[in-house]
Amino acid sequence: MLELQALSKHFGGVHAVDDLSLTVNRGEIFGLIGPNGSGKSTTVNLICGVLPVTAGTISFEGHDITSAQPHRAVAAGLARTFQNIRLFSHLTVWQNLWVAQGRTDGHESSRFVKRWLAGDSTARRSVSDLIAFAGLSDRGDEYAGNLAFGEQRRLELARALATGPKLLLLDEPAAGMNLEEVRELDERLRQLVERGITILLVEHVMELVMGVTDRIAVLNFGRKIAEGTPAEIQNDEAVQEAYLGSSNKA
Amino acid sequence: MDFYYGLLQIIGMHTILGLSAYIVLLTGQVTLAQAGFFAIGAYIAGMLTVLAGWHLVPSMLVAAVVSGTVACLVGFPALRIKGLMLVVATMAFGEAVRLFWFNFDYQRSKGEALVGPLGGEGFKQIRYFPENGWTTGEVATFVWIWVALIMAALWWIDRSRAGAVLRAVGEDELAAQSVGINLTAVKVTAFAVGGFIAGIGGAIYAHYTTHIEHSNFGVILATFAIAYPILGGLTNVVGTLLAVIFIQGFLVEGLRFLGDWRNLLFGALIVLAMNVRPRGLIDERAMLFLRRMFGLAKRGTNA
Repeated sequence: MLELQALSKHFGGVHAVDDLSLTVNRGEIFGLIGPNGSGKSTTVNLICGVLPVTAGTISFEGHDITSAQPHRAVAAGLARTFQNIRLFSHLTVWQNLWVAQGRTDGHESSRFVKRWLAGDSTARRSVSDLIAFAGLSDRGDEYAGNLAFGEQRRLELARALATGPKLLLLDEPAAGMNLEEVRELDERLRQLVERGITILLVEHVMELVMGVTDRIAVLNFGRKIAEGTPAEIQNDEAVQEAYLGSSNKA
Repeated sequence: MDFYYGLLQIIGMHTILGLSAYIVLLTGQVTLAQAGFFAIGAYIAGMLTVLAGWHLVPSMLVAAVVSGTVACLVGFPALRIKGLMLVVATMAFGEAVRLFWFNFDYQRSKGEALVGPLGGEGFKQIRYFPENGWTTGEVATFVWIWVALIMAALWWIDRSRAGAVLRAVGEDELAAQSVGINLTAVKVTAFAVGGFIAGIGGAIYAHYTTHIEHSNFGVILATFAIAYPILGGLTNVVGTLLAVIFIQGFLVEGLRFLGDWRNLLFGALIVLAMNVRPRGLIDERAMLFLRRMFGLAKRGTNA
């Protein structure tokens, strides 16, 4: 579904992502892990079109999206969340989801007229669904900036879903969560996969990654050092070395 | 009575100017170009009624379309710059427009006299209102019909999804792009609509004063244009109107008895107002209060 080929991103002399190739298959949860500064977030930003690619290609459902602008990537069916939550904090919960609902079928202007005549009822219904999914019913009129941390995380996920994505890129969605919340998130991600959404999960919290993913790729210094099932990754020497430092060299 | 009609006209025109900046500010772009668009509207409409002998309303609309188009062209390069750099760039544009009119001569004979813009001397004899026998009261009504139309249109945009999109871009461009919003389209549209509105304001202004010159459209006017919505708050268009009434009605006219000290107090009061109400006179909390007071339905269930 998503295919990265020999993807590289250099910032001056720093090779943030270096010759990275990987394939995410439809319907799976694919984990992307690695120590701090290993290029995970940069990879997400490259896929979304936020950063220009230095070399290599990105294709999504057979279409080349290497140099697509971010809103084009969204139109193609990619949506993301951010490592540091980025909600529109002076918009209400409801509006946060509303603005994300640009991608529906039909021509822009005819849709506009249709929606206007219909009083936007379809849009309203699906927004209510998303608010319920995020567990924020009754809080639709609250400003997003007033929500608690966990609620903001859930709203950001709902906002990504509001774009109608086929593939979700989640950048450390469990950061700062307690164990209870991580379990909830795990449950939520499985629900999404059942709905037919594919997930690329960038994460540090191993309880989540090892439990929920189908396959994992490990980055270190911008390079892929391992790929496989969670069980394979846990026993991989190169991975252990990257995380814990080289052992027993003496 | 004429004094009050005159004041009403001024407040109306400045409200239109402020609203032209309001929509651009919603997208997070601080612009000092509005005086330039105001000037384009003023000169074009003036030329159409005086030189071409058009009716005022079509002249205004053509003038607004011209300044909207120029605004659209300015919007594209402005996309690449943000923050202070944008302020400087738009200010430079405004000055370029002013200097264009400073150098622009286009006079035609009308009866015995020559009429039309004459560079630094300005554009005199834009006498549409007196020639057609409009009273000051009628002019004031005419101005306020436009104010009402523009406020209603912006109010409607604000309540629609478009309003939320503009604000989303203003708050966080990266997040806005990431939910599928086309930044280029949104920012350029905001600029174009702002230019259109400023053009209407300028067109009215030219016919109100009957004599315009380049120095009317300097940085001071551009600063006023953004001061209104910033002071009034970007929560809704009413804030801009209140800010114009506060500045033009109270600070400029109401404090006239203070003589030269007025200007000092003027600045101090604006600083004070911004400190007391950092998000403007009408902020989210004020709106929440008003909505509760009048028991209006909430957005999520009704809008």
